[in-house]
Amino acid sequence: MKQVKLVLEDGTEIQGESFGAFTSAAGEVVFSTAMTGYPENLTDPSFAGQILVLTYPMVGNYGVPGEELYESISKIFESDKIHIAGLVVNYYSEEHSHWNAAKSLGDWLKEYNIPGIFGVDTRMLTKILREKGAMLGKIVAEEDVELHDPNQDNLVAQVSPTEVQHYGTGQHKIVLVDCGTKTNIIRCFLQRDVELIRVPWDYDFTTLDYDGLFLSNGPGDPKMCEPTIQHLQTALGQDKPIFGICLGSQLMGLAAGGDTFKLKYGHRSHNQPVLLTGTKRSYITSQNHGFAVDTDTLPAEWEMLFENLNDGTCEGIRHKTKPFFSTQFHPEAAGGPEDTEYLFDDFLKAVAEYKAAK
Amino acid sequence: MNKPNKVLILGSGALKIGEAGEFDYSGSQALKALKEEGIRTILINPNIATVQTSDNIADDVYFLPVTPYFVEEVIKKEKPDGILVAFGGQTALNCAVALFRGGVFEKYNVKVLGTPVQSIIDTEDRDIFKEKLEQIGVLSARSVAVTTMEDALAAAEKIGFPIIVRAAFALGGLGSGFANNMDELRTLAQKSFTTSDQILVEESLKGWKEVEYEVVRDQYDNCITVCNMENFDPIGIHTGESIVVAPSQTLSNREYHKLRSIGIKTIRHLGIVGECNIQYALDPVSEDYRVIEVNARLSRSSALASKATGYPLAFVAAKLSLGYSLSELKNSVTQTTSAFFEPALDYVVVKLPRWDLGKFEGVNRQIGSAMKSVGEVMAIGKSFEEAIQKGLRMLDTGKRGFVANKPEQVDTATIDKLLSEPNEERIFAINLAFEAGYTLDQVHDLTKIDHWFLQRLMTIFQLGNKLAEGRATGLAGLETQLLREAKKAGFSDQQIAVKLLGEGDVKADELLVRARRKALGVLPVIKQIDTLAAEFPAKTNYLYSTYHGTENDLAQETSKSIVVLGSGVYRIGSSVEFDWCGVNAVQTAAAEGYKTIIINYNPETVSTDYDVSDRLYFEELSFERVMDILDFEQPQGVILSTGGQIPNNLAMRLEEAQAPILGTTAAMIDQAENRHKFSSIMDELGIAQPRWKELTSLEAMHQFVQEVGFPVLIRPSYVLSGAAMNVVSNTFELENFLQTAKEVSAEYPVVVSEFIQDAKEIELDAVADKGEIVSYAISEHVEFAGVHSGDATMYYPPQKVYVRTVRKLKIIAEKIAKRYEISGPFNIQFLEKGGEIRVIECNIRASRSFPFVSKVSGRNLIQKATQVLLGKKVERDESERVYDLPFVGVKAPQFSFTRLPGADPVMRVDMVSTGEVGCLGDTAEEALLKSMLSVGYKIPQKTVLISGGPIKSKVALLSAVELLVKKGYQIYATQGTHRFFAENSIPSSQLFWPDEMVEPNVLTYLKEKKIDLVINIPKNLSKGELDNDYKIRRTAVDFGIPLLTNARLAKAFIQAFCKLELKDLKIKSWNEYKAM
Repeated sequence: MKQVKLVLEDGTEIQGESFGAFTSAAGEVVFSTAMTGYPENLTDPSFAGQILVLTYPMVGNYGVPGEELYESISKIFESDKIHIAGLVVNYYSEEHSHWNAAKSLGDWLKEYNIPGIFGVDTRMLTKILREKGAMLGKIVAEEDVELHDPNQDNLVAQVSPTEVQHYGTGQHKIVLVDCGTKTNIIRCFLQRDVELIRVPWDYDFTTLDYDGLFLSNGPGDPKMCEPTIQHLQTALGQDKPIFGICLGSQLMGLAAGGDTFKLKYGHRSHNQPVLLTGTKRSYITSQNHGFAVDTDTLPAEWEMLFENLNDGTCEGIRHKTKPFFSTQFHPEAAGGPEDTEYLFDDFLKAVAEYKAAK
Repeated sequence: MNKPNKVLILGSGALKIGEAGEFDYSGSQALKALKEEGIRTILINPNIATVQTSDNIADDVYFLPVTPYFVEEVIKKEKPDGILVAFGGQTALNCAVALFRGGVFEKYNVKVLGTPVQSIIDTEDRDIFKEKLEQIGVLSARSVAVTTMEDALAAAEKIGFPIIVRAAFALGGLGSGFANNMDELRTLAQKSFTTSDQILVEESLKGWKEVEYEVVRDQYDNCITVCNMENFDPIGIHTGESIVVAPSQTLSNREYHKLRSIGIKTIRHLGIVGECNIQYALDPVSEDYRVIEVNARLSRSSALASKATGYPLAFVAAKLSLGYSLSELKNSVTQTTSAFFEPALDYVVVKLPRWDLGKFEGVNRQIGSAMKSVGEVMAIGKSFEEAIQKGLRMLDTGKRGFVANKPEQVDTATIDKLLSEPNEERIFAINLAFEAGYTLDQVHDLTKIDHWFLQRLMTIFQLGNKLAEGRATGLAGLETQLLREAKKAGFSDQQIAVKLLGEGDVKADELLVRARRKALGVLPVIKQIDTLAAEFPAKTNYLYSTYHGTENDLAQETSKSIVVLGSGVYRIGSSVEFDWCGVNAVQTAAAEGYKTIIINYNPETVSTDYDVSDRLYFEELSFERVMDILDFEQPQGVILSTGGQIPNNLAMRLEEAQAPILGTTAAMIDQAENRHKFSSIMDELGIAQPRWKELTSLEAMHQFVQEVGFPVLIRPSYVLSGAAMNVVSNTFELENFLQTAKEVSAEYPVVVSEFIQDAKEIELDAVADKGEIVSYAISEHVEFAGVHSGDATMYYPPQKVYVRTVRKLKIIAEKIAKRYEISGPFNIQFLEKGGEIRVIECNIRASRSFPFVSKVSGRNLIQKATQVLLGKKVERDESERVYDLPFVGVKAPQFSFTRLPGADPVMRVDMVSTGEVGCLGDTAEEALLKSMLSVGYKIPQKTVLISGGPIKSKVALLSAVELLVKKGYQIYATQGTHRFFAENSIPSSQLFWPDEMVEPNVLTYLKEKKIDLVINIPKNLSKGELDNDYKIRRTAVDFGIPLLTNARLAKAFIQAFCKLELKDLKIKSWNEYKAM
């Protein structure tokens, strides 16, 4: 077994054993408390540039499924590759068991040249990240690498597609602004009555003919997405329904005139409770974000739609009169709880109403 | 919110298979939740040994049966405005359904809080349940509910074999089983119809994965799943019989969330408010699934889930039933975040069931779709390997873990059978299979256990082999890396010693390994359970240890602290009564200003609630782990004497390791536990004992028997399985017994004692301070000696004991206390016959009857004992209330024979009861009747069958039978008894013995339920052949007919119900008795 180490920017060094690719990598070290769903997590573009620490102690148990396509997108994964920079776990279960497993987690990481480290006291590591905030770090194999802050990069530009793609033949024409979308968002739309136009993050979608606008999730600091925000501001001047998820929610907040900030260590888990503002209705949600909308900065015509029950942060906003709303969490789940998938229906209902009124 | 002012809570009664300590936990939590709201709480629960029936938990307690009659009477009297029915298991639920159907709640205007009774009925009636699921497109197993044998056979024809039969409205899978053909089905269905009018004939999903979710819903339709669990054993083995792991390990995200979503959808549709459990079968090769059942109440699984996650399910469920929404409640671990969340675990939990099948004669040992286990343990680790090895040791069956156990020679045919037709030893059969060179695939084919789990076991097996390879170089050659690997995989120091050094002086070798390990710096770390995987800071005191880590989550307790060792796994002979003792010890220590630390690992207990102590170590009660914790915490003292036998057994080793044990010294404890030492001390003190000898040859045995005469009590020295304690009455039985006993030799000696017949058994529970008794309680058995004290019915205060006897007992007890310099609790068992008193044994620790005598007398012996242990001066009680107490308490045992097919339902020298109750009455008869009704006896309607056994017991029963006749009962009797009655002018109708095959036959009458009560007194004291008497007893149990096998108890019961009718039993609360 080869030894590797995890080094944090505060000087912490943790020895562990290597799995996946035996190579060095740097990124922002973040933790997720999700107990299942590593194939989904690792391919989620929002994790681009991050070294992911999983607090669940045994990882790799059910292997990694083989790829299958659905309408030319992945049926299994959340994008077409692994996006994390590195993986940190307590126990790596090399021998896996599942009827649809095609390979082990380690072999899959190797395919994408991503290093993994196991035998780490992930609870101790999580406490460091919780107390000091998410920080830069690196997994070091043989050759050392420089620390690197992915939030300085335009990560969205890296993970967004370069061309417009069309899917489906439904009656509602939805533009999906892809800042690093999870494929399950696409699947959620295609299971409904939708024709989807997937456009790059900086594409001027205002020129397109569409019924509703969707803003995807994505990695990094939302303020990097200036062109998207500009196009969005135009859309906010119109009345076509808009729905944003995660980064999409932050972009909506920024375009509306509000501000965003970086959370100390973000929300990355499958158990985040959110309250539908002004009701007793709550939902368990899947989340993966390091930035959030600062509710206090929202203009008067906007309000908080969902609130995090743990720390009171903004979990979604909506326009008081127009059909614009967003969620900081992931209604499309994958992985995580599926309790809020109904929001896709709400959005499409708003689209139908808009079309009827027109 | 419209909160009720006064709420009635139904408990679950005595501990029994399928319904155990978990309901003490859930009821206690519910009471706590209501109390916080300022609601007056009234509890009905005859289980006097529980924590929930202690002072200051409920506002008042009724020690009465949880049956519709008594509950209605209490409602009539107390006029509560609300009732909680989901916290007392199936007993409370069935009672509530009956009361609901009888219109009782409506009549007295009592609101059922939480899940509506209609929803409960919807989940319990298989037909309605299926229909409900179909309404929302949720799949359940193809099945047909039937009420006749004919329909059952027709249904099986349609579905196709193999099929599973289930009884509706039954706890723990009672009356369930698999059938592969029509004959098997016929047998099974007939039995099931005895426990339920409706049975279910269903497609068999044997081999599918079994997965459960705990779901919580509030009245605003907010819904969460607190925990999911995966069974190590696939479908086919009841979840109570399965090794269970939380969270699921082999489910993908899609599977996990698919089942989660279905659970939420189902629970919403059913309209549950509070907590429930949903069970699934999941196809191991696709995402196909079936919903198996929903338990619309707190359950064993919910107790487990609460302990596994730190999420207080029962507490939250009680709050939700008052109308709170989940988001209005706080996460009680973090105190800052919301209760509306789903715990994230950063550890693995493994639950293992504990069986005691070896105690039963004739029992079918195979485990399957009906529950037979009597307890369970929960182990926490950062890997499955670590947790399961901890868990296997926690079971306290003498195993060291998965490997390094005492070697067994087993052929492959036996291994195959153990794997494919599992009994309680199956997990070890997997190790045997590995040793025999089986591949994972082979083991999988035979067990259907998922490869992932088998692979983890294989890892342990291989590590064991690697350690054994170091035999040549021993400890000196042991590398840190391998040692750490082994510790991470849950190897104990003892296991490492056995693998590395061989099966020598294992305890000494263990110390060598320990020293070496510490020198190499391989130490466990202490981690917190915080419900959120460290995402938020939590001030949690809920702890476990692991070798997967480099940092302790907290520092040692700095204030002066006391460690209390819990009682570990519940098994026959040790259960909730010791939890009560432990909890009381902790509460007393806290009141005396100490920080309290509990070590225990039983998820069914109140002591493992993290708000009971300042720190809870959910850990092994092994020498190794206790020392690890003591090393870390450096407490002022350790209390062993309130946790029963497991902690007591550690006394010597802990003392040798300089642990600060409080109370009686370990050497003294040893002198009481060691038969030889105890005996010579009794001689020294001039205290009589039944004569006994440890014998190593057959000749010596015969010689000794000649000396003392039959009957004699025989105890093989090594009683893990096979022949246990037994009484033999003649040479034939003796020879017979010796044939079944393993062997008699110098290595395996046998202890033979004189068995004194017709002797009264009297117990003394007491507390002494440096050898001076400061408090005591004396209780009397209803049965003569020969029935294990745990199976005996007991009066407190004694009812028929001479004053002179009490005086003599006291003098003996004082001598013993002084000689052993006892500080703390102890118990002495006495025999009295013809004014002569003999001591049977002395336990220098709290005994099973401590909660019973403490609650009835109003003097908390554990509180006193703990104060003594802490060095506080305790005043001697001025006078024992033996003769002033204006009421009587009776403790009665609960048997679980119905759940143990084949087991001979009879009380003998070895304990077989699984629980107990204690009831109060103005007279001994009243208390006895209440307590016997509480453990399932019914006052017979018209008919009693008597098979009176030896002449002595026939005579003993005579006066009672006359009473029955006078009361107008029809008496049936077997031949000899019939003749005896005729000679004594008692009219009875003769029924023929089972093997006579002539009508009117006993068995026919039993099967047709023409008998309301069976009295069958065994002819001899031996664990007999499975003969006629056995058939009568077993048939009575199988057909749900109350059975008595002891003449003294039968007589007392008959006298009680002939004197008192149901309506004569006073509905009096504990407070009312106290005020007398």
